[in-house]
Amino acid sequence: MRRVLRRPVGVLALAWLVLMTVATLAAPLITTHGPLDQDLGHVLAGPTSDHLLGTDNLGRDLLSRVLYGGRSTLLAVGEALLVFLLIGVTLGLASGFLGGWVDWLTVRTADLLFALPGIIIVLVVLSVFPGNLHAAMITFGVLGSPGLIRILRSQTLSIREELYVAAAKVAGLKHHQILRRHILPRMTSMVIVQAALFAAIVVTIQAGLGFLGLGAQPPHPSWGGLVADASQVLDRAPWMLIPSGVPLVLTVMALALLGDAVRDAAVEGWAVTKTAAVPTAAHAVAVDAPATTEEELPSEEAGLLSIRNLSVEIGGIPVVQDVSFQIAAGEALGVVGESGCGKSVTALGILGLVPGGGRITHGQVLFDGVDLVRSPTALAKVRGAGIAYVSQEPMVALDPTFMVGHQLAEAVRRHQRCDRRAARRHVTELLDLVNFPDSAAVVRRYPHQLSGGMAQRVAIALALAGRPKLLIADEPTTALDVTVQAEILTLLRTLQAETGMAVLIVTHDWGVVADLCHRAVVMYAGQVVEQADVEETFTRPLHPYTAGLLAANPHLAREGEPLPTIPGTVPTPRDWPIGCRFAARCALSDDACTTQPVPLAEPLRGRLTRCVHSQRLLVEGTPA
Amino acid sequence: MTSPSVLDVEDLTVEFRQSRRTPPLRAVNKVSLNIAPGETVGLVGESGSGKSTIGRAVLGLNPVHSGRIHFEGRDITRASARTRRGLSARLQVVFQDPYSSLNPARTIGQTLAEPLLAHSRTDERPIGQRVAAMLERVGMPADTADRYPGQFSGGQRQRIAIARALMPEPRLVICDEPVSALDLSIQAQVMNLLADLQRDLDLSYLFIAHDLPVVSHLSHRIVVLYRGQVMETGPAGALYTFPVHPYTRALLAAVPQPDPRAQRAQRARAGQRTASSPSAAASPRGCAFAHRCPHAIDLCHSERPPLLPLTGGRAAACHRSTELHPLPAVPQSQPHT
Amino acid sequence: MATFRLVVRRLLSSTPFLFLVSALTFVLVSLVPGDPARTIVGQHATVEQYEAVRGRLGLDEPLPVQYGDWLVRVFHGDLGASLFSGEPVTSVLNNRLPVSLSLIIAGTIVSGILGVSLGLLSARRGGLLVKVVDGLALLGLAVPAFWFALVLIAIGSVQLRWFPVTGYVPFADDPAEWGRSLVLPVLSLSLGAVAIIAKQTRDSVLDTLGRDFVRVMQANGFSQLSILYRHVLRNAALPLVTVLGVVLVNLLAAAVFVETVFAMPGLGSLTQQATVQHDIPVIQGAVLYVTVLVVIVNLLVDLLYSRLDPRVRAS
Repeated sequence: MRRVLRRPVGVLALAWLVLMTVATLAAPLITTHGPLDQDLGHVLAGPTSDHLLGTDNLGRDLLSRVLYGGRSTLLAVGEALLVFLLIGVTLGLASGFLGGWVDWLTVRTADLLFALPGIIIVLVVLSVFPGNLHAAMITFGVLGSPGLIRILRSQTLSIREELYVAAAKVAGLKHHQILRRHILPRMTSMVIVQAALFAAIVVTIQAGLGFLGLGAQPPHPSWGGLVADASQVLDRAPWMLIPSGVPLVLTVMALALLGDAVRDAAVEGWAVTKTAAVPTAAHAVAVDAPATTEEELPSEEAGLLSIRNLSVEIGGIPVVQDVSFQIAAGEALGVVGESGCGKSVTALGILGLVPGGGRITHGQVLFDGVDLVRSPTALAKVRGAGIAYVSQEPMVALDPTFMVGHQLAEAVRRHQRCDRRAARRHVTELLDLVNFPDSAAVVRRYPHQLSGGMAQRVAIALALAGRPKLLIADEPTTALDVTVQAEILTLLRTLQAETGMAVLIVTHDWGVVADLCHRAVVMYAGQVVEQADVEETFTRPLHPYTAGLLAANPHLAREGEPLPTIPGTVPTPRDWPIGCRFAARCALSDDACTTQPVPLAEPLRGRLTRCVHSQRLLVEGTPA
Repeated sequence: MTSPSVLDVEDLTVEFRQSRRTPPLRAVNKVSLNIAPGETVGLVGESGSGKSTIGRAVLGLNPVHSGRIHFEGRDITRASARTRRGLSARLQVVFQDPYSSLNPARTIGQTLAEPLLAHSRTDERPIGQRVAAMLERVGMPADTADRYPGQFSGGQRQRIAIARALMPEPRLVICDEPVSALDLSIQAQVMNLLADLQRDLDLSYLFIAHDLPVVSHLSHRIVVLYRGQVMETGPAGALYTFPVHPYTRALLAAVPQPDPRAQRAQRARAGQRTASSPSAAASPRGCAFAHRCPHAIDLCHSERPPLLPLTGGRAAACHRSTELHPLPAVPQSQPHT
Repeated sequence: MATFRLVVRRLLSSTPFLFLVSALTFVLVSLVPGDPARTIVGQHATVEQYEAVRGRLGLDEPLPVQYGDWLVRVFHGDLGASLFSGEPVTSVLNNRLPVSLSLIIAGTIVSGILGVSLGLLSARRGGLLVKVVDGLALLGLAVPAFWFALVLIAIGSVQLRWFPVTGYVPFADDPAEWGRSLVLPVLSLSLGAVAIIAKQTRDSVLDTLGRDFVRVMQANGFSQLSILYRHVLRNAALPLVTVLGVVLVNLLAAAVFVETVFAMPGLGSLTQQATVQHDIPVIQGAVLYVTVLVVIVNLLVDLLYSRLDPRVRAS
C-alpha cells in the first residue's frame, strides 16, 4: 500500500474515488437542491453559481442528480464486487491448490461462462426480473468471476511450483500454513488489481443499463439515466453530455489507474528477486571516470578483428571498460570469466547489439580495417557475412513459427543472392557441414521438434550461411548435456580447421578454452585482466584471478582436500573500486593495488596482465 | 552393508502420466541405492536420467510407482502427511535454483525459522539465537536475518538455503544440483562448505549433479544413471579414474579437460571412438544405452543387462563389462567410511 | 486434415456450451414472476381462456419436458413467435442479423487495422506514441460506447452535419448511404477494441523483439524488414489472436448500446427492446443467435491460432 501511495497516479486515482464516495454519501450536505426539485424557470441552463453543473430539461440541478445518482452506482459496484470476489477467490484458490476434480470442474465451468457476452445474460435476467438491478448486478458478479478464477488459479499453480513451496513441504508445514505464509501474500495485490478492473467494468455496465432504461426508473437519478436525458436534448443542450458523462469516465479511469498502480507496486516489490544484481540508473556512480586513458597497446600487426578501448554502458552504468584485443584470421580466441564480467556484452558489442538498451560509449571495433562502431552501413554488411553469431540457448535461438529449412533458406538467400532451387541446395550443404545425416527430414521440422544438440547444429548452420570470416559463439555449449556438448565442441573444432574461419568463443569453462582456443582473454569486472596463449595461461597465469579461477576447478581437485577458493564475489558495476577490482579478493593485495587504476602491463612479449605485482608473479609464480 | 543405512532405496520406480493416449513415462526404473551415516552418495546423469526425480521421491514430492524407500529403518515409501511432518527434522533438501528456493517476500530470519515450525522444540535456545548461529556457521554476516533474499547474490542465497536445511539438525540432506547454477569461484566455496558441514555435523548427503568431476570430488560413492536406470556404481575415486561402463566412459570422455595437453590427449583417444547422437529409439527390452554404445552387440538390444557386482564394491549393468574393461585384480581404492 | 479434425473437435466441445446457455436461459425464463399466458390473454380473460393459452404454450408441462419440446422445435428452426408482433422469432432475428453483422465486421476490420498499426508504430518509434497508446488504452476502457456515440453525434451530426444522426440504410437500397450511416456507429463501437488491440500489439511486439531468436537473426544479417514483418509480427500475433476472441465478444456486447443509440434495427437493439417489453421468445432466440456467434468466433480464433503456431498444430 505504501508503494502505491508513492505513485502520483495511484494517489490521484485513490483521491478521486474517495472524494466521489464521500460526496455521494454526503450529497445533502453538498447541495441544497434535491435531485427531483424542478425549477422550470431555469431549464437546460449551463453552469451558474447556483447550479454548478447546470440544469436539465425540467430545471433539475445536475450536480445534485450526479451525486444522488452515484448512490445506485456505489450500491451496484458493492453487490457485484462482493459476488465476484466471493466466487472468484474461493474457487480460484481451491482450483489451483487442490487440483484434481475440483480443478477440472471449476476450469470447465469457468471456461464456459468466460465465453459468454455478459451483457446479454444480464439483459435476460432483467427481462425476467424487470427493473431488479440487484439481480442484474449479482448475475454480473457471477459472470465476471471466471476471469478472477483463471488468474488466481494460474498464479497459485505457478507459485506452487516454486522451490520454496517444495522446501516448505519438506520442512513439514501443513497445507494451511503454506497457503497462509507463501501463497496468499502474493495473491493479495493480484486480487486488488482484478477487483479494481472489475469495478471499473461494473460502473460502465451499470450506467449502460441505466442508459437503456433498465436501471433506476425515472425520475430517480442514475448516471446512465443522465446520459439518456442528455441524449434527448443533444441538439439543444450538448453541454449536458459533459456533467452526465465526465464523472462516469473519470471514475472508471480512476479505478483502472488504481489497478495499474497496485500492480506496478507489486511487481516492483517482487522484482527485487532476480534483478537485484542489475544496477539501476538512480545509483549511478562515477567509476574511475576517465576511462579514456588510451592505453598504449603493444602494436601487433592488425588482425582480422581489432577491438580498441571498447567501453559499454547499460542504463548509464559502465559494464565494460576499455577492452582491447585482436583476433587474427583463422585464430580461435577464448574470452573467459564469471558471470557479470562483461564478456557477453563485449561479444554482442562487436556486432552493435548491446543488450538491455545499452550503448557503446567509447572505442573502436575494426573489422578488416573498418570501424564498425562508426559505420552502421559497414556493420549491416558485416553481420552474417563477415561476422556471424551463435547464442547460448539453442532452443530459443530459432523462430518457433517457421520450419528449419525456411529459416536456413532465408539466411542463404540473404547472403548468396540466389534463386530458391540453389538456396535449397545450399541449405542441404550447410546441414551436411554440421553433420546432419538426414538433412531432408530436418528442413521440414519446426524448432520445437529438435533436441538441444540438433537445435544448436541448426543455429551453427544458420551462422555459416553467409560464409563468415569470424564466428562469435556465446557460451555455445553451456545449456547442453555433457555428451552433446562434446559433439558441438568437436563440430566447432572441425569447422574451424576446415573452413579457416576465426572463432571468438565466450565461456566460463576452462575445458572449452583448453579444447578449442589458441589464445585466451580473461575478463574480470568489465576489464581485460589477462591475455596470453592458451598453454601459457594454463601453465603460468600472470594474474591472481586467472590463477584462482583455474585452481577452483573441481577437475583438478585432489581427493579429500578442500578446493582452493577465491573468497568473496565479483563486485557489481556500481561497486567497482578505483584501484584493482580484484584487490578485495586477492591474497597479494596491498596499498599499491587500491590507490589508483591498474594499467595493463606486458611483462613478457605477447603476455598482458592487469596486476601491480606482475613482475613478482613472473618470478615466484602465482600462489595457488 | 556393515552399518545400518540412513537411506535405503530398493527397486524404486517412478512413472509420470502424460496424456490419456500415450503410456506413462518411466522416469526412474528399478533403482536401488543406500547411504550410510556420514556418507555422501553422488547421483550423476544427464537431463532425463531421473536423478532429480529420485531425490524428489525420497522427499515425498513425487509419487512412487513401485519399490521401497527406507529412512533410518522406517518404510517411508508412501508415508502419510503426518509421518512426513515428523520426518522433516531428519530429512532436508537444498535445491539447484537459489532464486526460486527462497520466498522473496519473507526475511531470511523468517525463512530459516520455518523448518522449526512443524516440531516441538528440543533446543532450549530462542529461535533468533539459533538462526544467528546457523548463519554464522555458513559464513553469512550477522545482519542477514533481517534482510530479504533480493539483497543477496546467488552464492549467498545458496549458503542461506543450506542454513535453512540444517536448522532442524537433519541426518540426511538431499542436495539437488546445489552448485550447478553458481560461478566457478563460488561453486568451490559452496562445495567446501558442504564438505566442512558434513565433517562437523556427521551428515549424510545424496548429492545430485550432472557434472561428474563435481560429484566425484564430494562423494564417497557414485551412482551413474542413464534414462532412469543405474548403469554403474562404485567408490568415487575408482569409478572416476577407471570407469567400466561404456556410458560412464563416454560421460567422462565428454568433459573437456581444463589443460590443453591433457585435452589434446583425450581428443586423440576419442578420435577412434564414434560419438553418435541418439538416432534410433532405445529398445524397451534391451540396454537403455545400447543405441548409442559403440560396443553394442545383438544381446544388448534384446536383453537388459542386470547390475552385476565387480571387485572393489563396484557394479556395472553391462553385458560386456568384464570382457571390455577387465578390472585390475586389486581394487584401486577403498570407499571412505 | 488436421484442420478438419480441429474443427470437428471444437464444434463437438462447444455443444455443451450451447446446451448450458440455452438451459440457463430456459430456467431463468421459467422464473418469470409475470405469467406469459396471463400477459397474452389479459387481466379480464376467463379461466378457460387462460388454461387454453397455457396449454397451447405448453406451460402446464414440467420444466424438463418444456425444455425438451423447446429444443426439438429449435432443431426444426422454430423459435416461437414474438409475444408482441406475433411474427416468428426466426424471421425477426434473420431480418436483423445483417445489420449487426455489418456493424461488427466493419468494427473488427477498422479496429484491427487501426489497433495493429498504432501498436506497431508505438513499439518501433517509442517516445510520445507509447504515451498515446497508453492513454488510448485507458480511454478505451473508461469511455462507455454509448456516451462516446453521443459525443460523436453531437460533433459529427449535430454540429458538422456530416453524418445522419441515426438510422440505418440497407446496403441494397443505397451503398453510399449505407456506408455513411455506418461511419459513426463503427467508430463508437471500435474505440474500446482499438485500445485493447493497440496495447496488446505494442506489448507483444516489444516482448518478441527482446527474444533471443531476434538477436540471432540481427547478428546474422537477416534483413530488418523481414525480421520485423515476417518473424516478429508472426510471433507477436499469437497473443494478439487470443485477445481478438475477447475483443469480438466485447464488440457483440457493445453493439447492444451502439445500435440503440443510432436506432439501428440490429440484434442488439432488438434484445434491448425485447427486454423492456419482456418479450421472452425473442430474448431466447437472440441469446441463441449470440451464443452461436460466440462459438463461431472462438472456432475462427482457434483455427487462426493453429495456423500461426506449429506447436499447437502438432498436438
